[in-house]
Amino acid sequence: MLDVVPTPTSAPAPDVLLRAEEIVKHFPIKEGIFFKHEVGSVKAVDGVTLEVRRGETLGLVGETGCGKSTLARCVMRLFPLTSGRLTFDGADLSTLSRSKMRPYRRGMQMIFQDPYGSLNSRRRVGSIIGDPLAIHHMADGAERKRKVQGLMEVVGLNPEHYNRFPAEFSGGQRQRIGVARALALNPKLIVCDEPVSALDVSIQAQILNLLEDLQSEFGLTYLFIAHNLAVVQHVSDRVAVMYLGKVVEVADVKDLYATPRHPYTNALLSASVVADPDKARSRDRIILSGDVPSPINPPSGCRFHTRCPKAQALCSTEEPKLKSATGDAASHLTACHFPVADGEKLASDKATILQAVEGFLAEAPT
Amino acid sequence: MTLLAVENLTVSFPTSDGVVQANRGLSFSVDAGKTLGVVGESGSGKSVSALTMLGLNPGADITGSALFNGRDLLKMNQHELRAIRGAEIAMIFQDPLSSLHPHFRVGWQISEAIRAHSDVTKGEAMSQAVELLRLVNIPQPEQRVRAYPHEMSGGMRQRVMIAMALALKPKLLIADEPTTALDATVQAQLMELLMQMQREVGMAMIVITHDLGVIASIADEVLVMYAGRVAERADARTLYFTPHHPYTRGLLASVPSATGVTGSRLLPIVGAPPSLINVPSGCGFHPRCPFSMEMCIDEQPGLEAIPVGADHSSACWLPPEMTGIGIAVDTARQRYASTHRGARSQKLPGVVAAAESTAVYA
Repeated sequence: MLDVVPTPTSAPAPDVLLRAEEIVKHFPIKEGIFFKHEVGSVKAVDGVTLEVRRGETLGLVGETGCGKSTLARCVMRLFPLTSGRLTFDGADLSTLSRSKMRPYRRGMQMIFQDPYGSLNSRRRVGSIIGDPLAIHHMADGAERKRKVQGLMEVVGLNPEHYNRFPAEFSGGQRQRIGVARALALNPKLIVCDEPVSALDVSIQAQILNLLEDLQSEFGLTYLFIAHNLAVVQHVSDRVAVMYLGKVVEVADVKDLYATPRHPYTNALLSASVVADPDKARSRDRIILSGDVPSPINPPSGCRFHTRCPKAQALCSTEEPKLKSATGDAASHLTACHFPVADGEKLASDKATILQAVEGFLAEAPT
Repeated sequence: MTLLAVENLTVSFPTSDGVVQANRGLSFSVDAGKTLGVVGESGSGKSVSALTMLGLNPGADITGSALFNGRDLLKMNQHELRAIRGAEIAMIFQDPLSSLHPHFRVGWQISEAIRAHSDVTKGEAMSQAVELLRLVNIPQPEQRVRAYPHEMSGGMRQRVMIAMALALKPKLLIADEPTTALDATVQAQLMELLMQMQREVGMAMIVITHDLGVIASIADEVLVMYAGRVAERADARTLYFTPHHPYTRGLLASVPSATGVTGSRLLPIVGAPPSLINVPSGCGFHPRCPFSMEMCIDEQPGLEAIPVGADHSSACWLPPEMTGIGIAVDTARQRYASTHRGARSQKLPGVVAAAESTAVYA
């Protein structure tokens, strides 16, 4: 029954591997002792439309709590969707049951952030990497061992370490184990959820280079989630920026970093640190005030209007649609009523912080 | 004026697996009103040195000296240290979750620090706590002083930690990975706050981080640490544009969009940082270094001045004039190193990897 490959139900444009349409994921908040009733919901992902094209790397950036990891898990169908439509390689996955979903899981795999938490410390590396092969009945016995050792070699581990435990490996090597496990089933799509953020700087570069090599060798497609904008710029072909459960801007990596249109993207780019003292100091950072609002009660209209330096009355009433701003490439979509023009300077918050410091020093006793 | 001068600090911890040599002869100094950035990978001994200065490393074997305003912190008793900690030297710890007491309201925790060092009433200390929360941009500070740490997000807790550290306007602020757990926009806010605070009250800062970007925007002088020792020390511009030590050069080349990345591919450093129980002989970096020579295995290089930059010194056997990033310098380095190689250094992982990627190291 597992070798029955369901026929495609719809045929999207040939280059699109994964299409997410209006994906919504709400987590209910329940109260009550005997009779739980829903009192609200965390709107983690609230209507996201995205395309991942075959062979590309789509970067997904945003701050903590913006829903990027939830979106990744929705795309992998690790959560049931609240609503929305998910098409992978021509097949509609949005409502498939667990067992019907299983054959498709071969095509999509995931690399997790924490190389310590994502490997079972009581099992040997060989059996961890061989797990997907066992679950999908792809290989057994000596053949499985041969395949696993092959995978270990591909990711730069010594195949003789087949019988070691994860604790005997360093953080970078553990992440390689995670990569080998993800490769085991020859997937088409790999979702990388912050694959390098837990690693040391010199090790990060090793893993990024490995992912790049594997992509060109096996023709992989990556959905690459990270909060480090420099890393995303380095690996991605296209980048989507998320804020509070919505995609606010999506564009080719060059366009996004050269002409960011959404004020949030501008703020994010200006706030990201660059390892260059001259650039870092000369740059005028757009400093946003306050924190990200709660996804339980997201602001009305455009969700960014409470922190946006360009917000106007319209922004709090009407939600902007993702569309191409005037003069932009058709692939550059922005969800903003008043997109930032070329060369436009957004107000920086330096003065406000200085005011706060001076106010504090005037009041505090010496 | 030198505010803090650390000389030849060694810190080691006896454990059942062996002696962990966390700091192996560390010397540096911080001037009043300046910022020293300390970079290095995990396990390079960055945090240990800071904790040792504040007497927060019980059980460690410590030698050397740390003169703060002329008085040796390492020789003080707990009573004397307590008068200095918080008031003159404040510290922001890395993990805001475990650094705040879960049982007490944040306002109480901030005002406790104030009351411990100055003669104010509870009410006055509490109103100062409100002002501090306002300073670090926490909305509705009057209500928030009554919040428990678990009611706040990670970013807010880290701001409470910063508020606590700034409460007594210390002369020296040690920030251990102050913004690592935070998002880019919050990080920008807090760095700006720290810099403005420094400008206004003339506070010196030691910023410990693994993020070269944070260092680039905040530090006057940078200390690169590797395996418990200083690998290189220079002002920020010199370090980023004309580094001497191969480790610094390697770190800069492993960061995307940093200066000196040739083409689109990153140049990682092979291998992983060493364990501080079995520190490699000679130069601690020699197994990973692409320019290792015979003498690197046997002898530990001292921190020598680089004649070109006034305040630039590096602990490496390569000639001092070989500074910078780029193919031309790397070629010169490789040419020099290859004339000083023997049977042992040919086999080192760093050297082997460099020989394989001939295009990069010429």
